[in-house]
Amino acid sequence: MLNIEIDGKSIEVEHGSTIIDAADKVGIAIPRFCYHPKLSVAANCRMCLVQVEKFNKPLPACATPVADGMKIFTRSKEAIKAQQSVMEFLLINHPLDCPICDQGGECDLQDIAVAYGASGSRYTEEKRVVVNKYIGPLVSTDMTRCIQCTRCVRFLQEVGGMQELGMVGRGEHAEITAYVDKSVNSELSGNIIDLCPVGALTSKPFKYSARSWELTRRPSIAPHDSLGSHIEVHVKDNKVMRVLPREKESINECWLSDRDRFSYEGLNSPDRLKVPMIKHNGAWVETDWKTAIEFASGQIKDITNQYGADALGVLVSPNSTMEEGYLAKHLASGLGCGNVDYRLRQTDFRLDGKRVGTPWMGVNIDEIEKLDRILLIGSNIRNEHPLLAQRFRKAVANGAELSIVSPLDNDPLMDIAHKVIVRPNDMVNVLGQILKAMSGLQRLSLCLPPTLTKLLEEIKVRPNTQAMAESLAGHGKDYDLIAPKVGIFLGNMALSDPRFTEMYSMAEAIGGISGAKGGILPAAANSTGMHLMGVMPSSTGMHARAMLEVPRKAYLLVNIEPELDCQHAALAKEAMQKAECVVALTAFKSQALEHADILLPIAPFTETSGTFMSMEGRVQSFYAAVKPLGECRPAWKVLRVLANTLGLDGFEFESSEQVKNTIFGGEKPSHVVWRSLNNNLKELVEIEVKIKSSGLQRIGEVPQNESDPIVRRATSLQKTKYNIRPMARMCEMQIQALGLADGDIVLAKQDKGSAVLKVKLDNHVAMGCVRVAASHELTTGLGDLMGDITLEKSSETDYKPYDTLIMEARA
Amino acid sequence: MAATKKSTMQKTVVKTDIAGQTLVTLRTLTEENPASLETYLKLGGYASLKRIVTEKVKATDIITEVKNSGLRGRGGAGFPTGLKWSFMPRYFDGTKYLVCNTDEGEPGTFKDRDIIRYNPHQLIEGMVIAAYTLGARVGYNYIHGEIWQDYEFFEGALQEARDAGYLGENLFGSNFSFDLYAVHGYGAYICGEETALIESIEGKKGQPRFKPPFPASYGVFGKPTNVNNTESYTSIPWIMQHGGKAFADLGVPNSGGTKIFAVSGHVEKPGNYEVKMGMPFRELLALTGGVWKGRQLKAVIPGGPSTAVVPAAAMMDVTMDYDGLSKARSSIGAGSMIVMDETTCMVKTLHRLSYFFYEESCGQCTPCREGTGWVYRVLDRIVNGQGKMEDLDLLTDISNNISGRTICALGEAAATPVLSFIKHFRPEFEYYIQHGKSMVDGK
Repeated sequence: MLNIEIDGKSIEVEHGSTIIDAADKVGIAIPRFCYHPKLSVAANCRMCLVQVEKFNKPLPACATPVADGMKIFTRSKEAIKAQQSVMEFLLINHPLDCPICDQGGECDLQDIAVAYGASGSRYTEEKRVVVNKYIGPLVSTDMTRCIQCTRCVRFLQEVGGMQELGMVGRGEHAEITAYVDKSVNSELSGNIIDLCPVGALTSKPFKYSARSWELTRRPSIAPHDSLGSHIEVHVKDNKVMRVLPREKESINECWLSDRDRFSYEGLNSPDRLKVPMIKHNGAWVETDWKTAIEFASGQIKDITNQYGADALGVLVSPNSTMEEGYLAKHLASGLGCGNVDYRLRQTDFRLDGKRVGTPWMGVNIDEIEKLDRILLIGSNIRNEHPLLAQRFRKAVANGAELSIVSPLDNDPLMDIAHKVIVRPNDMVNVLGQILKAMSGLQRLSLCLPPTLTKLLEEIKVRPNTQAMAESLAGHGKDYDLIAPKVGIFLGNMALSDPRFTEMYSMAEAIGGISGAKGGILPAAANSTGMHLMGVMPSSTGMHARAMLEVPRKAYLLVNIEPELDCQHAALAKEAMQKAECVVALTAFKSQALEHADILLPIAPFTETSGTFMSMEGRVQSFYAAVKPLGECRPAWKVLRVLANTLGLDGFEFESSEQVKNTIFGGEKPSHVVWRSLNNNLKELVEIEVKIKSSGLQRIGEVPQNESDPIVRRATSLQKTKYNIRPMARMCEMQIQALGLADGDIVLAKQDKGSAVLKVKLDNHVAMGCVRVAASHELTTGLGDLMGDITLEKSSETDYKPYDTLIMEARA
Repeated sequence: MAATKKSTMQKTVVKTDIAGQTLVTLRTLTEENPASLETYLKLGGYASLKRIVTEKVKATDIITEVKNSGLRGRGGAGFPTGLKWSFMPRYFDGTKYLVCNTDEGEPGTFKDRDIIRYNPHQLIEGMVIAAYTLGARVGYNYIHGEIWQDYEFFEGALQEARDAGYLGENLFGSNFSFDLYAVHGYGAYICGEETALIESIEGKKGQPRFKPPFPASYGVFGKPTNVNNTESYTSIPWIMQHGGKAFADLGVPNSGGTKIFAVSGHVEKPGNYEVKMGMPFRELLALTGGVWKGRQLKAVIPGGPSTAVVPAAAMMDVTMDYDGLSKARSSIGAGSMIVMDETTCMVKTLHRLSYFFYEESCGQCTPCREGTGWVYRVLDRIVNGQGKMEDLDLLTDISNNISGRTICALGEAAATPVLSFIKHFRPEFEYYIQHGKSMVDGK
């Protein structure tokens, strides 16, 4: 520890701290623009110049390490003079267009200018003008306002993983720009808006829609991925105007993914359902709540009376709150129906009943950056959990070795030590090789189910998997780690795969040998919470897939668009069509709900209170940020009233808190969670080793901005490059093997359905696979996300323009 | 390729008038074909290197010798070379680098060009000795982008040295190896700043780094790196050959050896003059044939535009060494002496100089990026007859606000001419502002 003095205050600071750290620690404000605690030090704005005893010139507080006995003056005449002179320089070329600038009112330059600027300017020459840049649909630029602090440049390079902005030109001609003809495509790009200390980078969707002082800020939790990022919902006139990150060091730090930041546009979509609707003679009729609820409960009662409670299927979105999930499950069980599930995109349910507890990610989010070795199985991490990818990036920057087993070779924008890119079928084999190699390294015979032991005997370990196993065992180029901290994680593609049981069992066995932590990376905001509460079929009930395979007479849908949110789009569509009655609790009047019979308008997350449980088991409740739109009601209330109308007991809840207390039995949620989270299996699970060696497989990845009904309606996000028309993406060898060429039109067939697609060369896809995006209106004819698929050459005339198809689909 | 370059350049080069000069770094100029390896060998070139490597002279002894020589950095800062060398970490697990700064980009600076053009092998030998002393494995000579021909020529000299076994693996059968490469810039003045130069070598935009850490601990590719000026390295073989004391004795106390003055402006014979440190300015001026056309001397910028201008009266008594020029409140800089006669308009001169700094600011940090443009625009207004009397105080204030508040020394470099011109020639500026035209040429 070092003893220093700042403005007469004696303090003790850690060795290696900078002056600005020390000052921040004792609450002495030093003005700054370029400095940001999460980014590298640039020391270019010079605003933080302070006087230091024994130095004849002022020093930048952000870049000057403290020394023992240092005496620092942040408010001395010399320091103030230096700060004021920098302020004057910063303002001479700044347009001072605060009245028309979106940053006005929350602008560092404005605030600091009030404290350090003069009331008039000595600058009478012409001001510099900089041409604005187009950097995509999310970030708006007014480059004349830029003060060249390079925070945006450093963020994209250091946190985003790719330098997409840079400073070109010298002196006054220096300007921030993207690569020629390129936009900023980072899935974390919105953070540069927050980082920009002036109004050079502002939010495009928010532009000119409100002044910052008109907005009420309400805390909430991000609803799209299972990170549980803390957000701040900014509200004006009972409308969500924008969403910003709320600092939470252990979860989202000070960042937010673009999906969580810009999805709010979906909340204000014209698609929003505002009144209950009933289908009458094939036409939608608006009605009141009483009629709608009574009608719904009547229908459900009739069907369950006539065909048995088993004839009902309840599908709940994993993005719904715990309260909603709990009530939906108990409504079903109250009727005697065991057909409840939230695992809409899962194919393989063989592990049901074999788990000790609730599967989770197995580590805390902020532990990831401390891992030494990481194995990611079937995860396109930047697509699935954009902000979590950043934690992995930090781990790799800290020296961790990242290994990837996946059918997709998408660049995670961090160094990969080892990777095997193979068909999902062969991933089982590859994991087996790693397991075998690891047991060889340990010279140990494993206690494995006989089928697995037999499989391992047959498997031949290849050099690349051997290398991966050695990496996981801590062997290194320069030195070996005796007890490396290892993390093994299964991503969305593994979770949706019909071989999930095999992948999971092997990952668990590899984890057992390597002493790894880890688990699954659950896809949605409340996947873990839904599992904890058991929003899953009873021992006699049907899981999500079975409910569609063997169609039910009636469905209760909570917050889903069946053909876009279920793993088998065609089956979902068909099941809804065949059903006698579909009651949908939904925030949107969706095309995908055309086959429903009753639409009950529910409040999305900003309009209701509720609770999400994150991938790391954090139970986080939130309040409504705005009042429900139109006749919308929070889903927990709708379910409660529906249950009451059905005459079920145990639904006397007055608030969502009461539901929450019931869920946790009055205990502290963290105690319940601690007891429940467990990735272990109760018993050895037999695996099936019927692995087909031929046949084309679909990789039906859900694009990040198609993951749930809200984000699908966020218009600006829909304009990003992540939302392009689904194509049949294959590697060069695969295209040749099928006798096709890049740009050919093919008819993709899965089960009974099909889609007309254009072939696109994409060498990031494993041989034997074709990547066709799911959760898209143009691929709802297709089946399993990770199933077999065939491609037939088709003619150009079948390939209709995108807009025509969308219109047709919506007609 | 290399051979043809060599011969074409050498024929153009025979310089005989060296009377009054003391040639150390340009010592091959007395010979025919000065740049050739044979010439250099004839003068005892590479002998010191061979002796040092084969006799395994201790690095500490070499550093002591360099310290004794009184050699100070010739690029402008004047930091004692021996002391700088002693900052390089002795034990380092990895590659250490050696960098030569031949990026002379300031107006009026052209001395290093003549070294690589007429005496490249002495520079190479100096760098190899430095590499041996500091344990560097790889070296780069960063050459100003505008002197392309000289860059290509230096590549030829490097190849000659490699072929002759003075560069490469296991020199003279020892286990000492050193590879030296030439790198050329693209014409940014800022790349003459050592950390911007390092960034540029790494392939990045030339922008100074914040110091500390200094290159000795975090240089090229983040590895320990020693950066010296061309003239400094070129002095080393002479020091090794004749001893540090002999070198120190050439000059005056605190300024050892010789210095090349690149004299330009209003003299009869502009050019490079290598003279003993401490030579009186009068003598140096006489060497150059005096002020041209029989005119009177008005002022001298002794070390390049980033050093303060000195009026004629004060300049005539100055001795050309670090202390002498510092007494005249200027500095020896890189020795880029610009002589101005009585017909020179100081307002227009400053206007032109400020344009240079305005154009060459890298734009990284605020005071220099914004301040140099402001200074230039105000001066531009004055030159165009739109000046106001308060502009002079404004210019002084802006310059004081730039100076000492920037990442690198370019801030001071840009401020110094403004401050010194206005200080010494204020009436001329006032006249210009009042009359809207120059006091000197009436235009």
